[in-house]
Amino acid sequence: MLEVTVTETLAEAEAAMTDRARFLGGGTLIMNRVNYGDQRFDRIVRCREPLDEIRTEGARIIIGAGVTMAAILGSRDLAFLAPAARAVGGPAVRNMATVGGNLVAPHPYGDLTVALLALDGQVVMADGVVQPLEAYLGARRGLVRAVTIQRPPGDAFRFRKVSRVKPKGVSVMSMAVCLNRAAGRLSGVRLAYGAMGPTPVRVPAVERALESASLDASGIAPALAAATQGLDPPDDALASGWYRREVAPVHLRRLLLGEGAR
Amino acid sequence: MKTPVTFTLNGADAATFADPGQNLLDMLRRGVGDLTPKYGCGQGGCGACTVLIDGEPHLSCLVLAETVQGRCVDTAGGLADGPDLHPLQSAFMEGFAAQCGFCTTGMLMAAKALLDRNPSPSREDVVEAISGNLCRCTGYEPIVEAILTAARAPRQSTGRTA
Amino acid sequence: MASTSQVEFRKDLFADERDDNLAEIGKPHIRQDILGHVTGRSPFYDDHLFDGLLHMRCVRSPHHHARIRSVDTSAAERAPGVVRIIRPSDVPQNMNTLLGLINFGRDDEPLLSPEKTGYKGEPILAIIATSVRAAQDAVAAVKVDWEVLPYVLDVEAALAPDAPTVNATYPNNTFDYHDRYDHQKLRFGDVAAGFAEAAHIVEGEYQMSPIEQAPMETCGAIAAPETNDRFVCYTGSQGLFFSVAVAAKQTGLPSSRLHFIGGTVGGGFGGKVDSHHEPLAILGAMLTGRPVKYQWDRAEEMQVGAPRSGERWRIKDGVAADGRILARQFTGFFDAGAYTRLTSYGVQKCNGHLPGPDTIPNVASNAYCVYTNRTPSTAMRGFGITGVDFAIECQMDRVAEAVGMDPIELRILNAYRDGDMKAHRRVAKNCALIESCQVVAAKAGWALSPAAQQASSLLDGGVGWRADIPETVIDHSGEIGERKRTGLAPEPGAGVTTRETVPPGTFTDHPATGNAPQRADMEAEAERLGFKVATGATAAPPVPMPAASSLPSSGQKYLGGAPPVAPFGSSDPGRRAEPPRTQARSSEVTSSSGPSLPAAARPGTPAANQGPRAGGWASAPPDTTPTSPGSARPPAEPPQPAPPPADSARQPRRPGVSRFLSGPRGRR
Repeated sequence: MLEVTVTETLAEAEAAMTDRARFLGGGTLIMNRVNYGDQRFDRIVRCREPLDEIRTEGARIIIGAGVTMAAILGSRDLAFLAPAARAVGGPAVRNMATVGGNLVAPHPYGDLTVALLALDGQVVMADGVVQPLEAYLGARRGLVRAVTIQRPPGDAFRFRKVSRVKPKGVSVMSMAVCLNRAAGRLSGVRLAYGAMGPTPVRVPAVERALESASLDASGIAPALAAATQGLDPPDDALASGWYRREVAPVHLRRLLLGEGAR
Repeated sequence: MKTPVTFTLNGADAATFADPGQNLLDMLRRGVGDLTPKYGCGQGGCGACTVLIDGEPHLSCLVLAETVQGRCVDTAGGLADGPDLHPLQSAFMEGFAAQCGFCTTGMLMAAKALLDRNPSPSREDVVEAISGNLCRCTGYEPIVEAILTAARAPRQSTGRTA
Repeated sequence: MASTSQVEFRKDLFADERDDNLAEIGKPHIRQDILGHVTGRSPFYDDHLFDGLLHMRCVRSPHHHARIRSVDTSAAERAPGVVRIIRPSDVPQNMNTLLGLINFGRDDEPLLSPEKTGYKGEPILAIIATSVRAAQDAVAAVKVDWEVLPYVLDVEAALAPDAPTVNATYPNNTFDYHDRYDHQKLRFGDVAAGFAEAAHIVEGEYQMSPIEQAPMETCGAIAAPETNDRFVCYTGSQGLFFSVAVAAKQTGLPSSRLHFIGGTVGGGFGGKVDSHHEPLAILGAMLTGRPVKYQWDRAEEMQVGAPRSGERWRIKDGVAADGRILARQFTGFFDAGAYTRLTSYGVQKCNGHLPGPDTIPNVASNAYCVYTNRTPSTAMRGFGITGVDFAIECQMDRVAEAVGMDPIELRILNAYRDGDMKAHRRVAKNCALIESCQVVAAKAGWALSPAAQQASSLLDGGVGWRADIPETVIDHSGEIGERKRTGLAPEPGAGVTTRETVPPGTFTDHPATGNAPQRADMEAEAERLGFKVATGATAAPPVPMPAASSLPSSGQKYLGGAPPVAPFGSSDPGRRAEPPRTQARSSEVTSSSGPSLPAAARPGTPAANQGPRAGGWASAPPDTTPTSPGSARPPAEPPQPAPPPADSARQPRRPGVSRFLSGPRGRR
């Protein structure tokens, strides 16, 4: 049997968490498990603190863990993030699914997190401790209060989701990049993939290959060659790992060069 | 332990009790007797259970029932005003936009959310609005047409917005 | 009207065949059920509220193939909310096969498996509890000691002599056809002679995966005791009378005590005929005295719900230099999964469809209904037809390539014409493949030759060999069990062959497959289903029924039973092929007009006239309604059992009202 614990603050919720408890955000992940009688937990913890702020602080933007995809789409400050937020589910899911939930969504979900990785995402935990998003994704433990991201310069941020069903489908893969530049050359590029591993990941091999490169077909060739270096993309009902590896360079090229594709 | 829940359903007060972990779909159907939202998957994959919460579409199978305390829930059960159908309902009827009918109420609510916000949607807007709603009889084309038809229909007194 | 119809009605075609005084066709018409759909008031099975409703969930096998060593339900029995555990021994008639209703096949599947499970997800217990969650928790608390068995997931691997036995009722992993063969045979002419004459031999192998129907509404049923000693059952079944009969059989209740309410189905596509929910829900209501709902969740629908069977086909064509197909041989494997369901019927339905919409003088097919440790397969949108059509049309493109011919022209050349004799010994009529090809080509801007443009389904059919039932090469290989012992190849034509003429409606002394219906409830009366039953001494084929004591006075009342070689023969041996409408039916006379085909000798026939055989235009596509097994015209899909026995007339006319059905709540 199941119990629900309601707390006023995130800190209280954190204190109520056990191995057999799950924190309820927008519900799209946890209620699915509840409906299917998941025996791994018997307590739902939810808190009344909305965690729904979107606030700019210097060069970074703070996005509360309770901010929904729909709220991102409605935010002027986060307009650059709209393609990634719109890639999540249909309108009803976007009204429910939160940033915090997206961080812990199992493969092949978590498209927004891919974008957050490319935007130098950092995670603010319930107790205020800040850690890099990559580090959090390694264990995905603890309640998240907010994510902060770097506002991308100009049109440097690009996002692409590849799915088999139009207009909406689950990811075959998703990709996000922040094409930072210095002196006309790419520098400090941040690139991330979704659905290419158990969690969204940064792709250091490609980032290195893009360092000081020019953003054209020949300039990115070494990056395309390294597109899946160090990755072991999974097989699932949507695509085999082999397929993901084979098509990744094609989609990476389109992402980097801003080429249109169906 | 059951939790008392009071909320507004289709403009009227509603009160019932939610079981721990019960989803809104189940509470609406069995607790309140509004059978218009349908169970298709329990996973958020099909959209058959779509209802509006405070005017925005939600998947009722993924909403913890007790969280609608004090909020406004609208279902397809509230679309018609007595015998007067909502323009969407009329357009679905006349445009053959339903076959088995199981996805219809969810489609209608997703469409209503769109038209309430955007009375003159483009075709792409309509496709996007119902992108979370599956129809297995594959009647998407007449559904899209019916929504566009309803959007073009003159707004009458029956075209209630809440 | 909101949308205009995109359908174009070509009234110029076959104008003389159609009564055009139709008041509805071609006009927009509002569906009679649409008001309920748009208001959400269409009464799907789950749209009925009951006080004290109980919920049923099943304990399922996590293995492809396993034996149950022991089951420990002690924790589940103590779990909160659990009302009753239904065990296999609680089911009055645990074994069933769907088509037992039409006397076809043996009971091979338990409602709840007592000893062994043959597929992942097979149910072994049903737990009834006060909430879905309580039932889910109790299911998780059941401990089963499984002995995992070797399994087979491939149809051809299942035919190997050393393959594990999937289904004890059919120990050779194949359905028994006509109590004699491990496959369904189709033989027409002499394919070997056709291949010998051919300029090209084109071979291909094709495979289609199982396809889940995936209805929006998951399968389920709610049953409740009524006050009049009956049980009401609300169900999403596609075959309500089918489900009544299965429920009556498995619960041991006369169907007059079952009050079924259905007909509003949230998408079926064939997947809602299997009738597992109704008997279990009714049994639950019987054992608890309360309303019980048995509803699959989406994961069950996808994992356990029976899909269309996967199919593998090997096709070998002998083709003349001009593109005429002289011989076509099929070897087909239908993956039934662990139990028969409707796959045995799908194979026979398929047999009536071969060789596709083409007039081919020599045809042979061996088609197998194979048991594997996969989810059982059942009906799904043209099952038995769609898979082999995919194979045939891929094959036709390969043939066109081999011959160097336009693929549409190849189809027009070989298409059935009205009056042609089909391989299952029915005359083709109302053919329209040629016209369809012509219209499609025109719409696509695809140039056709003048001959192809002038071809017609009404011309050149039923001429000469095209109308004849040829002397046919017969073999008796693949008798039940032979393959398991010897590893015999599955292709047609193995072993000793004889040449015979096998006319339509032929019966041999081989008994028809199947049981007598176990209950009078299930008696299918052909006349009442609208099938003409022959009268007179010559028209009464022997229809052996093992349990003679349970038979009604006349065996002719039953549908079912099939001849071993010409399974689509009419029950009326006196019925002859109809002559073509547009021309004299004579082997000497060619058609009256248009580019026509001389009445050449039958290709592949040893005695064939070796004279010039013009690359002509002839033939046409099949009946729009595929025929199926049985000595009479088969029932519609799914087969429906008989109407209730006469004593049901004494039951109250008004439907009983459940004392559990809530009044004021919900809808009117």
